[in-house]
Amino acid sequence: MALLEIRNLSKSFGGFAALTGVSIGIAQGERFGLIGPNGSGKTTLINCVSGTLQNESGSIVFDGVDVTRKAAYQRTRGGIARSFQIPRPFFSMSVLENLMVPLGYVAKLNNKNSETEAMRILGQMGLADKAHAQSSGLSQVELRKLELARAMAARPRLLISDEAMAGLSGSEVDEVLKILFELNASGITIIMIEHIMQAVMRFSQRVVCLDAGKIICEATPVEIVKNPDVQRAYLGV
Amino acid sequence: MRFWIASAVFVGLASAVAVFISNEYVFFAAYTVLMYMVLATAWNILGGYAGYVNFGTPAFFGLGAYTGAVLYKAFALPLPLQIAAAFVMSGLLGLFAGILTLRLRGIFFAIATIALVVIMETLFINWRYAGGATGLQLLRPAPLWPFQSYITMLFVVMALMVVGSVAVARYIERSWIGRGLRALRDSEDAAECSGVPTLKLKLFACAVSGGLMGAAGAPMPMYLSFIEPASTFNLNYAVGALAGAMVGGTSHWLGPVLGALLLSSVQQIVTVTISNEINVLVVGILLVFFVVAAPDGIIGFFRKWLSSK
Repeated sequence: MALLEIRNLSKSFGGFAALTGVSIGIAQGERFGLIGPNGSGKTTLINCVSGTLQNESGSIVFDGVDVTRKAAYQRTRGGIARSFQIPRPFFSMSVLENLMVPLGYVAKLNNKNSETEAMRILGQMGLADKAHAQSSGLSQVELRKLELARAMAARPRLLISDEAMAGLSGSEVDEVLKILFELNASGITIIMIEHIMQAVMRFSQRVVCLDAGKIICEATPVEIVKNPDVQRAYLGV
Repeated sequence: MRFWIASAVFVGLASAVAVFISNEYVFFAAYTVLMYMVLATAWNILGGYAGYVNFGTPAFFGLGAYTGAVLYKAFALPLPLQIAAAFVMSGLLGLFAGILTLRLRGIFFAIATIALVVIMETLFINWRYAGGATGLQLLRPAPLWPFQSYITMLFVVMALMVVGSVAVARYIERSWIGRGLRALRDSEDAAECSGVPTLKLKLFACAVSGGLMGAAGAPMPMYLSFIEPASTFNLNYAVGALAGAMVGGTSHWLGPVLGALLLSSVQQIVTVTISNEINVLVVGILLVFFVVAAPDGIIGFFRKWLSSK
């Protein structure tokens, strides 16, 4: 059985249909890639899955439980964590405190344990030396890592990485990719949304391409780049 | 521990002063200063920690005051029970208003809270038993031993309420609730996705904040021996509470206490020495000064000063 089952999901903003009839099943432990041109509905889909948006029709089943009408915090507690495309750290807090929010609210650790655990996660992410820095003073790559670290602190079974690599240099992309591979190896299912095709190709076992709110192709990374619909969506030819 | 010792010293001093000084005007003025400390502290729980700017202070404060007055008129209820009832009533108003308005963000929430004040005022203007538009005259009972007058007793009661409300705010600030409120102030979506039940926390903050404002209002009818809607639901309370917290600094429980102490004391002095009209102007000028010169308030200014040394 699939870990995450998206069934016939639709979402519109006023008269604009952002998603129509999207169905995807993602297996436990899978590395799943989600691609599509700008405005194709990738982030809307992720917002519906994580609960920051409510879909009008269709359902979302996570680990056999229908979460469609559940609040975002309940889904996070259930095991769905995400990073944000535009990093949204808790600016008034230090990096360490940022992680202590999910550690307190999801893992229900006390302050002492959650500090230890936060330091462990920061070490894994290569952010340990920034633990006591104010999160408002971080660089782009550090902010992206913080996004992932905070999502990890929620102890997810499904991690959704929303363009964690946008705007990063080649070596920084490798760094983040390595982290995602390690997380997956520890048993976490990962959905990667990315514009950097090279990263998606290397990372994903299976890729879905969205265009104008509909799935136009589902294939392996090697096949999907050859698909004429995908090429048309991206290049407009 | 240090906090509780300081609190005990504070209340002890207030009581000693109340027993030994006989000039009643001192207490009449100091009562207002203490009341604004409670209001600013209460305001800060929602406005500072959660970042939801609330102009509805008079609605909560006024409901508390009227709860006290009506219960006194109907059952001659003793003051502690009036205060407890006011806390509950205004807390419920906070919860109810929160359910209706906390889905709004930023400026829309602020506007909704102003509407709340108008609604409450209209309600009490039209309630004849509570005195309607002309108000209600109340006779104070005799003060309890060892106090010489009712006003000095109210002064000590208000000092206790300062300690109570600060203890509540301090607890919230340091607990997991405070961390959740700070998280949702920084980013509501990110907080939700970190497992923070944002709506529940906001409702809690709104109810506690409103309840404490109501409690601060409960002794008011006794303090004036009179209550009427226009002055009870006056927007000056909203400005005073907000300005106290902003001037003192919203990030620490001590901020609203210091801010209200400064603002309210200056206001009382100006009222006596210059004129009653100018005292509101003073709040405006100080608020503008602090927003420009020390946007994080007195607390923020000292933090910066300490870290630069």
